[in-house]
Amino acid sequence: MGDGRIQVRRSAGARLWLSAGWLLFVTLIAIFAPWAAPKDPLAQDLFSGRLPPFWVQGADKTFILGTDSLGRDVLSRIIFGARIALAVALIAGTLTCLIGATLGLLAGFLRGWVDVVISRLIDIWMAFPPVLFSVLLIAVLGPGLFSIILAIVVIDWTRFARVIRAEAMGQGAMDYVAAAQVAGRSRLGTMLVEILPNVLPTIVVLLTLEMGIAVIVEAILSFVNLSISTDDPTWGGMIAEGRTSVHQAWWVLVFPLVTLFLTVLAFSQLGEGLKDRFDPVLR
Amino acid sequence: MRLIKAILLRLVTTAVTLFGVALIVFFVIRVVPGNPIAMMLPPGATDADVARLTALYGLDKSIPTQFLIWSTGVLRGDFGVSITNRQPVLALVLDHLPATLELSALALFIAVFLGGTAALIGTRLRGTRVEAAIDVGNGMALSVPDFLWGLVLILLFGVLMPLFQISGRITPSLTLPFSTNFYLVESVVRLRFDLTRDLLSHMIMPAMGLAIPLAAIISQLLKQSLKEVMHLDYVALARTKGYGETHVILREALPNAVLPTLTLVGVQFTFLIGGTVIIERLFSFEGLGNMAIDAVINRDLPLIQGIVILFAVIFTAVNLLVDLCYAAFNPRLRHG
Amino acid sequence: MSFLSIRNLSVQLKGGQRLLRSVSLDVQPGEVRGLVGESGAGKSMIGKAILGTLPQAVEVVSGEIWLDGVDLLTLPPRPRRRRIGALAALIPQDPLTALNPSRRVGPQITGRLIDILGWKRPEAEARARELLAEVQIDVVERVLRCYPHELSGGMRQRILIASAFAAEPKLIIADEPTTALDVTVQKQILRLIAGMQAHHNTALLFVTHDLGVVSKVCQTLTVLYGGLVVEEATVRGFFNAPQHAYSRALLAATPKYTDPDASLLPVPDAVVQALEAQVAAADRAWHG
Repeated sequence: MGDGRIQVRRSAGARLWLSAGWLLFVTLIAIFAPWAAPKDPLAQDLFSGRLPPFWVQGADKTFILGTDSLGRDVLSRIIFGARIALAVALIAGTLTCLIGATLGLLAGFLRGWVDVVISRLIDIWMAFPPVLFSVLLIAVLGPGLFSIILAIVVIDWTRFARVIRAEAMGQGAMDYVAAAQVAGRSRLGTMLVEILPNVLPTIVVLLTLEMGIAVIVEAILSFVNLSISTDDPTWGGMIAEGRTSVHQAWWVLVFPLVTLFLTVLAFSQLGEGLKDRFDPVLR
Repeated sequence: MRLIKAILLRLVTTAVTLFGVALIVFFVIRVVPGNPIAMMLPPGATDADVARLTALYGLDKSIPTQFLIWSTGVLRGDFGVSITNRQPVLALVLDHLPATLELSALALFIAVFLGGTAALIGTRLRGTRVEAAIDVGNGMALSVPDFLWGLVLILLFGVLMPLFQISGRITPSLTLPFSTNFYLVESVVRLRFDLTRDLLSHMIMPAMGLAIPLAAIISQLLKQSLKEVMHLDYVALARTKGYGETHVILREALPNAVLPTLTLVGVQFTFLIGGTVIIERLFSFEGLGNMAIDAVINRDLPLIQGIVILFAVIFTAVNLLVDLCYAAFNPRLRHG
Repeated sequence: MSFLSIRNLSVQLKGGQRLLRSVSLDVQPGEVRGLVGESGAGKSMIGKAILGTLPQAVEVVSGEIWLDGVDLLTLPPRPRRRRIGALAALIPQDPLTALNPSRRVGPQITGRLIDILGWKRPEAEARARELLAEVQIDVVERVLRCYPHELSGGMRQRILIASAFAAEPKLIIADEPTTALDVTVQKQILRLIAGMQAHHNTALLFVTHDLGVVSKVCQTLTVLYGGLVVEEATVRGFFNAPQHAYSRALLAATPKYTDPDASLLPVPDAVVQALEAQVAAADRAWHG
């Protein structure tokens, strides 16, 4: 039994390192995209459209992963696409986290009418189909990076608020919080000093998971063709194009899809791995 | 008395939620830039034409007035007229709803079947490599959302091994004898199994894409729940009576493990229905979600409103249904 | 030959601590044997080993468990379970958790008769009625259709007793059957088990930490300490002249009904040390 647990922890550790490693790799590639990419991601060449990847017959070896229908280099577009994906993940994830966690903390700790209002809002938000809601918001806000980020924040704050509200409620009922109050700490002070540190691990885990979700939402919106102008290389946009030509040029779909898949998987596994790390029962 | 109070409270909160949804979507879409009327008219239309049509759709009035007109209409069952199709929104929505319902139901069925089987096998073979493999599979399936599973399925079974159809609901060249839009149900009722086959061949991939994450959740929850139940005394007692392990799991443990799983699965099922929007788009499946995205792209305000409200109604209805199921399955509530 | 014969049974946590150290034990047909020890002495483990319900983390290291002439540990899992199901039964400790909450009482009694022993349903149901009457339940028809949560603890324990006797087993293992009950109910249940045992002439292995209970119900007893058999005796012999120092200490630590106010003595340190030495010696013998 003891052996089994050690094994579980070891494989959990491997999972943590693998996902962190992949994300670091993607980050570096994104930062150094102009140097990492072999071609200009926007350069079209209609004479070299839909060239297959290098190992397939008829390939042009300088287009390592082939070209799309407009002759743009798939690899370079994936590399530049990482910039947009990670920017969205980082900014949207952090903003969503800040707003959602704050509202959750307020609702869970202050209770009363604040809680009633926030809980009701969460209920209403839960009754929206999220994809449709985000498509709708993009239609309202117009395409662009800023709109995507705003849409993610507006839709996903409930993920944080729901969980953090419940946790803050649980913590608020503990004796040490009452003790702090008796000792004369203000309500806001108690919330920040006593409650926040205890829900911080949960916030970190949710933030990691949210970044993965943000990457997906960006891809979905690009796929529906409502996010960033189609010229800009986005993974979702590439997938959308690949989907239409999947029978003629599979590589246009496969490579961005694999990249997106691994990145989403990595964020999610990182979050789950952190959750296990933080969970005192497993530790 | 307490029951009546609980039901009343439930109805009130549901009404507030639906009203909130209506209010938000109504105001959000009025801020949409671009005049939908101008978009639907041919290029040669004059400003006077636009103004006339704008007035016809009531879009010249103030937003609160529009909301008042619209919501009194809704209470009478009138959701307005679609700007692009010029058909009543209600009729359009009800036309497309069956496709989405059939898809969701099939996905739910697949998810329960796959997830339940995995949980039972994992419990029966606990401590073995099979259980470890099931755990890893669950983790993977949960980490990646339906949209990506749909794409992976398109690649695997639409392109690499073209076993199934990956776009549309039915082969367009077929003549359909149907009188409702519940094609799948009707094809079975009419014993037209050739059509059932064709429909399933189109539905199985999008349904699988929707089902994979839910199957993983079901498998994980049910397995955890079974694990807890398998430690209880009545399970041990059943073993001493001479029953085999499979019988013990199915007859003694499963009925008691299902209940805690049920409520959580209910919430997750609403997520699945929400997922039909993008999955239908991905597979060009002519349902509500696909129509919704078209409506957004075309700025068809009345249609968008109608669809969002319908989704909200479906979500709350599912939640209500789950609570009823919970009461029905729980002997303590049934007789208490 | 004895109906139940355990030979040199050793049981341990997987890869770790020993729980039973070469235990041998016999139960004759119709005999009522008490199995006594403090918590952690391994008395419940013996019952679980016989019935094949050891926790997953626990394994049998060595030994034999002969039930009606067959060594259970040599049988493959399925036939073993069937044999146990047909010959033995358990009266569990906690009646509140030992009945399946989602099934009615009736099928929980008749299940074994129909599924394992192949009885016809009407016969099995008639048998269930007969048994419920025997355990002094008067509203038989209603109880059969109840769910467990609708019944009191004492009522549920009666049902479990009836269920244990349903298939006329040759051996019943009662695992502290009164510990979880109200004191007022305890006596009735004890009397009921004793009466049922006498009526059906079933061998009974009575696991308990309560010597007072043993003196009332059992004919023979086995005292355990740290997974070792410390003493075997007839009840009369034991209460008159316990042989082992630990047994004497245990007896001194048991409240007497004649004099409930007499001070209770803890087991002296010297006795415990001697026992621990014995346990250590047993482990050395095993490893050596």
